[in-house]
Amino acid sequence: MEIFGRPLPAMLSQLLLGLVNGSFYAILSLGLAVIFGLLNVINFAHGALFMLGAVLAWMGMEYLGVNYWLMLLLSPLIVGALGILIERVFLRHIYKLDHLYGLLLTLGITLVIEGVLRSFYGVSGLPYSPPDALAGATNLGFMVLPNYRAWVVVASLAVCFATWYVIERTKLGAYLRAGTENPRLVEAFGVNVPLMVTLTYGFGVALAAFAGVLAAPVIQVSPLMGQHLIIVVFAVVVIGGMGSIMGSILTGLGLGVIEGFTKVFYPEASSTVVFVIMAIVLVVRPAGLFGKEK
Amino acid sequence: MAATPVAGTPALSIRDLHAWYGESHVLHGVELEVQKGEVVTLLGRNGAGRTSTLRAILGLTGERKGSIRLSGVETIHLATHRIAHLGVGYCPEERGIFASLSCEENLMLPPAIQGGDGGMSIDEIYAMFPNLKERRHSQGTRLSGGEQQMLAVARILRTGANLLLLDEISEGLAPVIVHALARMIRTLKAKGYTVVMVEQNFRFAAPLADRFYVMEHGRIVEHFAAGELEARMPVLNQLLGV
Repeated sequence: MEIFGRPLPAMLSQLLLGLVNGSFYAILSLGLAVIFGLLNVINFAHGALFMLGAVLAWMGMEYLGVNYWLMLLLSPLIVGALGILIERVFLRHIYKLDHLYGLLLTLGITLVIEGVLRSFYGVSGLPYSPPDALAGATNLGFMVLPNYRAWVVVASLAVCFATWYVIERTKLGAYLRAGTENPRLVEAFGVNVPLMVTLTYGFGVALAAFAGVLAAPVIQVSPLMGQHLIIVVFAVVVIGGMGSIMGSILTGLGLGVIEGFTKVFYPEASSTVVFVIMAIVLVVRPAGLFGKEK
Repeated sequence: MAATPVAGTPALSIRDLHAWYGESHVLHGVELEVQKGEVVTLLGRNGAGRTSTLRAILGLTGERKGSIRLSGVETIHLATHRIAHLGVGYCPEERGIFASLSCEENLMLPPAIQGGDGGMSIDEIYAMFPNLKERRHSQGTRLSGGEQQMLAVARILRTGANLLLLDEISEGLAPVIVHALARMIRTLKAKGYTVVMVEQNFRFAAPLADRFYVMEHGRIVEHFAAGELEARMPVLNQLLGV
């Protein structure tokens, strides 16, 4: 069977690949959007912390024999704690300054984290295999579904929607939304906004580390793996706009899929298609597809 | 209505308060005292420092110096979120209704004061402001101006705050809403709330307040009880141009 002259299994496997990449885009852009909303910081370190999540998973296995599942929990906790430290020590001092300072500061933190890991592990890539329970593939009849990739999509979506639910439907989320609009007033109501800011940054980077562990068996683990991804993720954020949590999730997944199909139909454009879309969106809707005009 | 100072510690006592926004020195030694259960109005022209005084009480200005005591507790060095828990409810001039929250989420947002008596129940609030119940699922900023103002006041009644700082609540509203707000202030006073109002609308404030402070250039320049209002009108006319 063929669609537009391409075999169906090829289409479906690219769709799945697109969804896997889209899942990473979604989790990372979600974290960036939440952090930007409350801290007003464009967190350039997001890619490095995603990478750190993956490298920690590898280190856990390599040095301590800690398995994938435990690291899927521990790695985000460790990176979240590191995020809390970064916020307390560095970011706290630059909230009142222009966005540019936050960008530069987090870029500096990125270079430090990547540089340190590079000096230990080089850039050639560290092997990490999927957990035994998810090894292999399932034949669905019309396509062969690699179990681990299916798990990545399911786990990412679950985390994204849980985050959406907490932010849009709970009291805690109401503090976060209100704090994003007018932090001083929320503080005047007696909410400990500085603490909320710290925890939000910790949570946002913990999401990145979670995505990093998910990515470890499918993307080559290396100190530079975050760089490749984060540029695309920033484009995703620009396309989706900063205003909406659901917007970040849908844009991330959607662009992953578009990228996947571009690989089938016109592979030469697959690495640039996201940026072409970004350029078009910037012209037509500068605030992004789901963003609110200010 | 005469001034009825209650014996004991004042709800709010401000001594030699200076405040800055960045480099700009906006309050120059404000002296002000409000007894529990009183309704006090700050009068003055725009830019006289009335809003800054309310904001300074909550630590929302830049640097502050001097003394601000809430029921005897010094707050000049406290973080903003701690000051609220001493029982202060703040309704800002711009109302501060959150667009990303529904009417009810806006209403439920301010946390209850720690160790407070709980404040009004949601049923009491909805009985006082039936519109808010009707529109509770609407987006906060889709409410009419009057409804938003009621919401901005209602949400600080829920927390158990006893000292209410109300900034220009009658501003830009239809007369029927202004009447409803005046009724509300009387109800709150009867319930024992302490109210500090900043008002441009002299006719709204005059019959409600127990005492008046007049500000100019970041200082208190006049101070009198409601009973002296008649006698002070010539001075007021000159100071406010009412």
